[in-house]
Amino acid sequence: MKQLVVLSGKGGTGKTTVTAALAHLASQQASVVLADADVDAANLELLLAPETREAHDFRAGKLAVVDAERCQGCGRCREVCRFGGISIASGSTNGKGHCQVDPAACEGCAACFYRCPEHAIRMVERFAGRWCLSETRFGPLVHARLFAGQENSGKLVTLVKLKAQEICLARGADYLLVDGPPGIGCPVIAACSRSDLALVVTEPTAAGAHDLERTLRLLDHFRVPALVCVNKWDVNPRRTERIERDCADRGVAVVGRISFDTVVTEAMVRGATATEVSDGSVSRELGLIWAGVKAALG
Amino acid sequence: MIVTVASGKGGTGKTTVATSLALAAASLRPRRERDGQGEHGPAVQLLDCDVEEPNAHLYLRPSLEAREEVGLLNPVVDEARCTHCGRCAEVCAYHALAVLPRQVIFFGELCHGCGSCALNCPEQAIREELRVTGLVETGHSGDVAFGQGTLTVGEAMAVPVIRALKRHVDRHAHALAILDAPPGTACPVVECLRGADYALLVTEPTPFGLHDLKLAVEVARDELSLPVGVVVNRDGVGDHGVDDYCRAEGILILLRIPLDRRIAEATSEGVPLVVALPEYLEQFQALYRRIERITGIEKVLSR
Repeated sequence: MKQLVVLSGKGGTGKTTVTAALAHLASQQASVVLADADVDAANLELLLAPETREAHDFRAGKLAVVDAERCQGCGRCREVCRFGGISIASGSTNGKGHCQVDPAACEGCAACFYRCPEHAIRMVERFAGRWCLSETRFGPLVHARLFAGQENSGKLVTLVKLKAQEICLARGADYLLVDGPPGIGCPVIAACSRSDLALVVTEPTAAGAHDLERTLRLLDHFRVPALVCVNKWDVNPRRTERIERDCADRGVAVVGRISFDTVVTEAMVRGATATEVSDGSVSRELGLIWAGVKAALG
Repeated sequence: MIVTVASGKGGTGKTTVATSLALAAASLRPRRERDGQGEHGPAVQLLDCDVEEPNAHLYLRPSLEAREEVGLLNPVVDEARCTHCGRCAEVCAYHALAVLPRQVIFFGELCHGCGSCALNCPEQAIREELRVTGLVETGHSGDVAFGQGTLTVGEAMAVPVIRALKRHVDRHAHALAILDAPPGTACPVVECLRGADYALLVTEPTPFGLHDLKLAVEVARDELSLPVGVVVNRDGVGDHGVDDYCRAEGILILLRIPLDRRIAEATSEGVPLVVALPEYLEQFQALYRRIERITGIEKVLSR
């Protein structure tokens, strides 16, 4: 089993479009398992019409809850909270005011729990998201949804990948394709771990090039080999050439260019991959990229 | 007034909108040396809170005057005092400490810097030291006060850097602070939205754009109870899903930016939209005025 992660640094460069197209192309010759590691905003399912076989709760992290009856409003919890998660509400039931926790700020550290002289705080588990195992026309898909504003996206990504790896092994699949999140922080680091190769989708913009550079440094840091492709390359051919030159200087191969074409959006509206709806230049270019990725995966 | 520009989906044009809104609002201010006429616009501050991939500087090219290293307070164990009782490991919610019979092992990448270990050590054998995980820089771009955070490559946690950057929000000096948020809906985005007066959500009229807009509305409006408004970027591509959704939810679409090759080319070179195509300046000024009016009404209503 070979594991490919598709990243970008900058959001909206076309990770999911590329991942779905590669899944389509790969599934014609080999067996594929898919993982959507963008648990904040999972979009792969919008192109793959998954049929959910299993759905599970994701519980992770803790939340401080104040017992308003016991709380004397002394505010010691607020003193020790480094996340600005505690405020004192005035005029509560016992007339003394009591402390309250902002769930959006609480990181579940329990400093307040240990500090409270009245033992008025308890730590409860957070129901932070759900993850699903589904079937798609290209193969099994593991995907998840981290609930709005929750922490532990890295943990959920790790869980999604673990499940996808298990399915790969059980089915003897050839490829695990991971659609990564934007950025370079914890969910991206989790998405990269144990990958054989990363394909970084960039665009010929100042921001795209800037974020590509940081992503390549991240991949260097974690020793994941990288390939690059330039999406919407013809929006700015001069910048595309510059990105290709910069990659060559770093010793990173650019495995292809994808033209700007509204067929990509048209396919998305139809819930399909670009390679399924068209045999035009975009599909040919994606075919070349898959050939390059496949060769690099060995 | 704090306006956070967020999106759910990446690459919808958050930074394009945030930078143009900053420039347009600042342009409403009369020049000191000049006639003193014109409308009285706000003093404007723009903070780039996408610390994983900060891009606003590429558009605004600020002069950065101050920089500070930021990060987390990590425990340092005084082995001479430590009795290896294991209390610190027991209270650490993140499993960042392991206590062996003769040694305490610390896993820095797991630590949230909460201070529980130091607080609970019965021997007071733990002191805390700053572990640098990023950089906060501040300066100016023309009339706009600028700030950005940059997470060190290889570090996992964006929130502490965002939190440090947000300390530079100055409500007294600046009538308008614009926070450019990262994509997504998880804790870094929440940190950018907390304490804001308005969430401006940028989307595109595609199935991906709609799906992720709904998630952004869930966070900003439903979880954090913020007033929200939408900017539709690349209007004309895709379908009508975003329009239908906004109408059904009663969410205002405050601005539409059409799919236009000239805009794509200008932003690819890092030229702010209102600079490349000055006809948008008035539209972004109007966008600022509308948000100002809406948040004013919200304030009255919440009283």
